Amino acid sequence: MARTIKLRIWRGNAKDGGLQDVTVDANEGEVVLDVIHRVQATQMNDLAVRWNCKAGKCGSCSMEINGKPRLACMTQMANFEEDETITITPLRAFPVIKDLVTDVSFNYKKAMEIPAFEPPADLKPGEPRMEQIDVERSQEFRKCIECFLCQDTCHVIRDHEENKKSFAGPRFFIRIAELDMHPLDMLRNRKQKAQEEHGLGMCNITKCCTEVCPEHIRITDNAIIPMKERVVDVKYDPARWLGSKIRKRDGIL
Amino acid sequence: MSEQLERYSYDIVVIGAGGAGLRAAVEAREAGLRVAIICKSLFGKAHTVMAEGGVAASMGNVNESDNWMVHFRDTMRGGKFLNHYRMAELHAKEAPERVWELELWGALFDRTKEGKISQRNFGGHEYPRLAHVGDRTGLELIRTMQQRIVAMQQKDGRETGNPESFIKVFAELTVTEITKENGKVSGAYGYWRESGKEVFFEAPAVVLATGGVGKTFKITSNSWEGTGDGHALALKAGGNLVDMEFLQFHPTGMVWPPSVRGLLVTESVRGDGGVLTNTDGVRFMFNYIPDVFKDKYADNEAEADRWYNDQANNRRPPELLPRDEVARAINSEVKAGRGTEHGGVFLDVSKRLPADVIKKKLPSMWHQFYELAGVDITKEAMEVGPTCHYVMGGVEVDPDSAAAVGVPGLFAAGEVAGGMHGSNRLGGNSLSDLLVFGRRAGVGASEYVKSNGANPASEDSLKVAHERIEKPFSQVGGENPYALHQELQEVAHNLVGIIRTRAELEEAIAKIADIRERAKSVSVSGGREFNPGFHLTFDLDNMLLIAESTAKSALLREESRGGHTRDDFPGMNAQWRQVNHISSFNGDHVSVRQQPLPSLPKELFDLFDIHELEKYMTPEEIAKGGSN
Ligand SMILES: Cc1cc2nc3c(=O)[nH]c(=O)nc-3n(C[C@H](O)[C@H](O)[C@H](O)COP(=O)(O)OP(=O)(O)OC[C@H]3O[C@@H](n4cnc5c(N)ncnc54)[C@H](O)[C@@H]3O)c2cc1C
Ligand code: SF4
Ligand code: SF4
Ligand code: FES
Repeated sequence: MARTIKLRIWRGNAKDGGLQDVTVDANEGEVVLDVIHRVQATQMNDLAVRWNCKAGKCGSCSMEINGKPRLACMTQMANFEEDETITITPLRAFPVIKDLVTDVSFNYKKAMEIPAFEPPADLKPGEPRMEQIDVERSQEFRKCIECFLCQDTCHVIRDHEENKKSFAGPRFFIRIAELDMHPLDMLRNRKQKAQEEHGLGMCNITKCCTEVCPEHIRITDNAIIPMKERVVDVKYDPARWLGSKIRKRDGIL
Repeated sequence: MSEQLERYSYDIVVIGAGGAGLRAAVEAREAGLRVAIICKSLFGKAHTVMAEGGVAASMGNVNESDNWMVHFRDTMRGGKFLNHYRMAELHAKEAPERVWELELWGALFDRTKEGKISQRNFGGHEYPRLAHVGDRTGLELIRTMQQRIVAMQQKDGRETGNPESFIKVFAELTVTEITKENGKVSGAYGYWRESGKEVFFEAPAVVLATGGVGKTFKITSNSWEGTGDGHALALKAGGNLVDMEFLQFHPTGMVWPPSVRGLLVTESVRGDGGVLTNTDGVRFMFNYIPDVFKDKYADNEAEADRWYNDQANNRRPPELLPRDEVARAINSEVKAGRGTEHGGVFLDVSKRLPADVIKKKLPSMWHQFYELAGVDITKEAMEVGPTCHYVMGGVEVDPDSAAAVGVPGLFAAGEVAGGMHGSNRLGGNSLSDLLVFGRRAGVGASEYVKSNGANPASEDSLKVAHERIEKPFSQVGGENPYALHQELQEVAHNLVGIIRTRAELEEAIAKIADIRERAKSVSVSGGREFNPGFHLTFDLDNMLLIAESTAKSALLREESRGGHTRDDFPGMNAQWRQVNHISSFNGDHVSVRQQPLPSLPKELFDLFDIHELEKYMTPEEIAKGGSN
């Protein structure tokens, strides 16, 4: 039941490139990544594309499909019309290396800037006791597969190279929120730092990041908005802020 | 060429950024050494990320009767007593500590009511033993260690001004050669996948943590990275592989649609109550309980169903038999015409658990079937069949230090190492293996470096490595690497797969040799920049060695045990239990020889009921009662 489909794939490197048309077969049940692989095996042996798990678990195959940031391995060919030409381009927010592969090192640099998890100094292996309900909030953020689709879609950096320096992006806002809500984390001021050093203030809650997240992490509702709200709290009520950190620790030991 | 060659110098090079590699790197840094971590994908994407069900450790959080001895016994049973006892012992003893320390690095496992780490049931484990985070445990493991490494780098940054002064990650770089000088490891040679440019890492110690070999086979749960690179690198460096005939075919891979064929359906589906039925609606696993397991598995539905709520007074359901048993059973059902039109059987959890519980306990499975197969597992059954999942065979190592036998300076841990799992690995025992032996390899390599010092490489050894990389570009009009890879996968799948015979194995060996010959003339189109065709030529070379070693070992082993089933020798044979198959490579072909399996010392021997051991051991072994 193969059908022939038309693809328009961006090919090139950091210096130049453009869209190239190809036709290729697609079988029932296939995803965009399957079709790209068929192009690679039969027509363009040197077509560059990242992937690993082919199951939406590793976040490697991020690209833009008809202009939308998506995982190629989780995008069904059946979603497209019979005679539609599908346009496949690399992530726009990051510099192209070759074809569909971009330089995502921005994200690894930002990861390095987020202060690490800081458990109580005297805590021994096997000692922590935490309620399921207390770990669940951070667990939602730890589902992140680092596909960086949210980073790619966020208008603050998508077409604004100049903002990259001061903006960590939604992926790292949820990382900060995760640590902030982590029952064992002792570091103070995470929310303030998010606001002042990692660019949380530049986010104007458009929710585009939440819309593209393949893990359905509620980035804005559960991480960004609560942090923004509590940043305000904390700034005006230091006693309450102190209280929250103390309670955090009481809960676990 | 040495002018342009990019060069680095480290104390230790870790090849692989999965669970084993990252754990080794953390340990080496803690020992004060400078470490390069090299991986083929981006940092954080290694295969470990896909592990779902959990990590096995006898913490006893859910059932207090659990302890390392029970875990050790389960592991040996699962491996049909072909495991290296010392590895199984270290693994069972150290796994809890390794899981607990992850918590102090930020991991958030699911909890019990008392607030401890929750543990779930899994095939072959006597008690609920797998620590887990929903069904994304591998992601939690890898992210935790990735973040641990970032934390160490931040600290190094504060102290030295350069976060990469001690640990640096070289992502999207493929290692093609372990270099040696004076008979000892001198470094690792490879190329950047992005640019195709060559790189040399000078280091007296190299840790292989390269994972599995699944891509050698047509239907597999492994990603493109699983091409057996570390196995092949070890062989070429003069190391040995042990027991490469043992491959785990996971019983439940997706079978439909074709594009996802092989993709894993986690064993937790069965652990949480999923049952297997054939197209006649029969719950067939009751017909496949082997004698050695009769006292542990229920032989009727009523008892099996009771087990989910009362494990003390009932035997467990046969769906939770070790993987090799379940995979063979499914294979037989399909062969007997009781399979689905796509060649699978049904796995159903929808009738056992309410929809919201399924979505909560198995979120990524729900997602995977819904998105990729259009199946809602809270309402319908899944279609499943065996998929090549894990290689038990691997680099022969010293259990305590993870040092590769025969190659000073080389270490191996994780899936690439052999011995730990014997003829069959239990679910959850891999993630714990990565942590336990990843750490041990880090210690072993650090101690080696501290007592041996530097071992500079010669220009000659670099020249050889360079010429190999250049070769596919200098040949024109040769074989297409994609076509050869497909051919190899067919041969491996059809002739060296779940069920094997002498004639088929002999045919496979001849065919593999033929593909190897033709592979010498592969040529690639395009340039060196991020060129998958070029990358595949190296992977192909590795997979050919894996296939040869597997087929030759399988031909020699005239019995059926764990992940090796011979149609012409269907029984398990106590004589064969005493034998390891050791593969080595002379630059031209793989040869396989036999070596005695180290036998259980008395204190471990005595952990078992003698009647159980009688099922596996010869009367002489039983009479001896352990090796000391
Ligand atoms: C779908 C799935 C589910 C699983 N679920 C479980 C589970 O629930 N519990 C469990 O215990 N086990 C599970 N396993 C098995 C387990 O995940 C693997 O055995 C384990 O993750 C292997 O880890 P590793 O560290 O040895 O190697 P991997 O995680 O495979 O990493 C290998 C690393 O080596 C690098 N590498 C390889 N070759 C080269 C080269 N030539 N040059 C440079 N770098 C190289 C790769 O890039 C990668 O970084 C599962 C496996 C699969 C496929
Ligand atoms: S909600 Fe904020 S972080 Fe998310 S896309 Fe919009 S601006 Fe960016
Ligand atoms: S938050 Fe979601 S979209 Fe962003 S990187 Fe993580 S998984 Fe991807
Ligand atoms: S290949 Fe892993 S998410 Fe697509």
